[in-house]
Amino acid sequence: MIAYLGRRLIQSALILLGVSLITFALLYLLPADPVRQIAGRSATPQTVENIRQQLGLDQPFVVQYWHYLVSLLSGDLGRSYIQRSEVTELIVSRLPATLLLMVGAILCELVIGLSMGLIAAVRRGTTTDQTLMVASFVGVSAPQFVVGLLLLYVFAVRLSWFPIGGYGTWRHLVLPSLTMGILGAGWYARMMRSSMIDVLRQDYVRTARAKGLARGAIIFRHALPNAILPVIAMIGIDIGIFMGGIVVVESVFGWPGIGQLAWQAIQRVDIPIIMGVTLVSAFAIVLGNLLADIVAPFIDPRIKLR
Amino acid sequence: MKRFLASTVAASALALALMLGMASARAEDAVDPNAKQGGAITITYKDDVATLDPAIGYDWQNWSMIKSLFDGLMDYEPGTTNLKPDLAESYEISPDGKTFTFKLRHGVKFHNGREMTADDVKYSLDRVTNPKTQSPGAGFFGSIKGYDEVAAGKAESLSGVTVVDPYTVKFDLTRPDATFLHVMAINFSHVVPKEEVEKYGADFGKHPVGTGAFKLAEWTLGQRIVFERNPDYWHKGLPHLDKITFEIGQEPIVALLRLQKGEIDIPGDGIPPAKFQEVMADPEQKARVVVGGQLHTGYVTMNTTMAPFDNVKVRQAVNMAINKDRIVQLINNRAVPANQPLPPSMPGYDKAFKGYAYDVAKAKALLAEAGHPDGFETQLFTMNTDPNPRIAQAIQQDLAAVGIKASIQSLAQANVIAAGGDKAGAPMIWSGGMAWIADFPDPSNFYGPILGCAGAVPGGWNWSWYCNKDLDAKAAEADSVVDPAKGAERDKMWSAIYDKIMEDAPWAPVFNEQRFTMKSPRMGGADNLYVDPVHIPINYDNVYVNDVQ
Repeated sequence: MIAYLGRRLIQSALILLGVSLITFALLYLLPADPVRQIAGRSATPQTVENIRQQLGLDQPFVVQYWHYLVSLLSGDLGRSYIQRSEVTELIVSRLPATLLLMVGAILCELVIGLSMGLIAAVRRGTTTDQTLMVASFVGVSAPQFVVGLLLLYVFAVRLSWFPIGGYGTWRHLVLPSLTMGILGAGWYARMMRSSMIDVLRQDYVRTARAKGLARGAIIFRHALPNAILPVIAMIGIDIGIFMGGIVVVESVFGWPGIGQLAWQAIQRVDIPIIMGVTLVSAFAIVLGNLLADIVAPFIDPRIKLR
Repeated sequence: MKRFLASTVAASALALALMLGMASARAEDAVDPNAKQGGAITITYKDDVATLDPAIGYDWQNWSMIKSLFDGLMDYEPGTTNLKPDLAESYEISPDGKTFTFKLRHGVKFHNGREMTADDVKYSLDRVTNPKTQSPGAGFFGSIKGYDEVAAGKAESLSGVTVVDPYTVKFDLTRPDATFLHVMAINFSHVVPKEEVEKYGADFGKHPVGTGAFKLAEWTLGQRIVFERNPDYWHKGLPHLDKITFEIGQEPIVALLRLQKGEIDIPGDGIPPAKFQEVMADPEQKARVVVGGQLHTGYVTMNTTMAPFDNVKVRQAVNMAINKDRIVQLINNRAVPANQPLPPSMPGYDKAFKGYAYDVAKAKALLAEAGHPDGFETQLFTMNTDPNPRIAQAIQQDLAAVGIKASIQSLAQANVIAAGGDKAGAPMIWSGGMAWIADFPDPSNFYGPILGCAGAVPGGWNWSWYCNKDLDAKAAEADSVVDPAKGAERDKMWSAIYDKIMEDAPWAPVFNEQRFTMKSPRMGGADNLYVDPVHIPINYDNVYVNDVQ
């Protein structure tokens, strides 16, 4: 177990290093010159060079990357070129909003997805099953900006049940969570359905049925706990899907998280912020996967760590 | 906003016998007698506010916010382009136009309670020109004596700025500079307190302390900025509002919906293009849209060093071939057709100038005279974001009608700028998305970097590579007319320069963008406060709300 952990930690560190190298290189190759951006459009060549020197951008790529890594290890993500604030401060100030959205989204997808999967499995082969599976397919494939705008239009603009974007109360959280949750719910519905079907085929379920237990008791007390565990173990991996979605969903709903920060930074070619958000997201994904892998064998003894 | 290149050559050895007296110390500007005191408004923006440091902020979003937090020696009368003393009570210009002496107001206090004095003015200018500050506006101060030493890092202080006494500051310039009063009105010269700058260091932009009408009450990153009325503001009766809340992270389309529901007062990013026609078709909404000019011109540059655009007849033919009215329609009439480089709201704009009328037959005749009766092939560069490719296509069709076959190169902004700054890079460029917006309302601001010889250098912004030494000399002559009393005469000199430029036709001016500010029904104040030429979107200090008791 400890050897496994050590190996996985080293792997994770290497993945993060790789991500940082690739992102840094891609941003380095961008045609936009960050110094010209800072210096204004018609600064004298002297001013431009002066700023380039101060930022160390006159150094070769390897030296720049090395400096970035060294600062990174001390938790310093640099200063934004446009906002001129510490990137760490910008990310930290926006992280709570993203985490809140993540919790909301996970709740939505679990509640919707697990119930859909459960009902579909119990009603396997019926029209209900087929309808639910088509719905889950739509959920998985619908672009999030379309879902988001649709929800916004119907529930905020037309019905006025929820505020039109923004942040602050639980009512603000509902629509963006739902938008993110619908995508995940589709996946969970499918996984839950197949997991439940597997469990319902087991001998012990047949025995329970033969004993004359009520249908509800069989499903909720005996089958569900076993079927749900492997699905729950997927939450860690879900973070990857989540991180991919926040840029769009946060922008649509004006949600002040790191996705919105990333989107603005990309539009303004604010390289330090793009780097920072990419690394933080990559870290979250790697951590999620690691946790999922470590937790899995405890939940499902059929899985062994090697 | 783009910056004026501070090197309009001042070679003039004119023996100017300017007899300049003291500028009249004007009484406090009239405050709107109908204005109501109090109340709060909400303004939305999509993007984060970058910084509120006057030495650094250089986008249209923070430009106007900074103006409400800080003050400069000079300012403009609200809603106009007329200069007036602000932190200065009066000023005096020496007869040779090279020395400016400002008398400061007494009793002006920073938001931290300390009185502002001449030392603060000097400190602020030393700071903005210091390369360590990395100010995009440092170049504006190039005419102050000692600028070169500070810019090169050889000196810490501008030798041309002298504190005469706590309420008098004197500027010595290396050349007569008629734009200097404007330079004293731009944000980069606004006065900051040394102790606060030193306290916050690089984060001063997040903790701004000035002398302005409002002070920063709250800044929650990515969510909101709140300005509160400065009760000690030296300009009695201003500001009218008690509070302004800027909500950040709101898509323009969402902002419009919230405005329609009465939740906000001004959508800071304007009316989204997709909704523009819908809004303007509804009389009730249209009534709340204020339309005004902008110090902007959209133009097609023709590289005058490249055949066949080295022939003036070809350039004139292109000017006649473009149907500007149709292009204006294409962008839902959010602009007016242009016939000269200066926009109509800029002093020096020549109302009588007719320019080149749309005339296909005459354009063809000119091309034939130039030796291209069957036209020629060329390239038209454009930035790749809407509506620019559509506008480029319209220009392409117009050119095809006179036989010019232009292929469109639709590229990212950085690539188009790079092509324009390369002498052999781009035969024609549509300037949309990168076009010149003036930094201050002075005709010289449209010349140096984009039409003068100084800009016709690799990496420069004079994409037509037009360099007329004679006009450069005339420009320097106009800029040495420092006496504000001779402003009209100077504007005429500039009009003549631009008329001559249009004779040489290095550009085909296409349109001047208009501003459309939408407001909630409760907003009060003159219309020109909502399309103020130097405050975008609105003049925060002077507007008010009607529903306060």
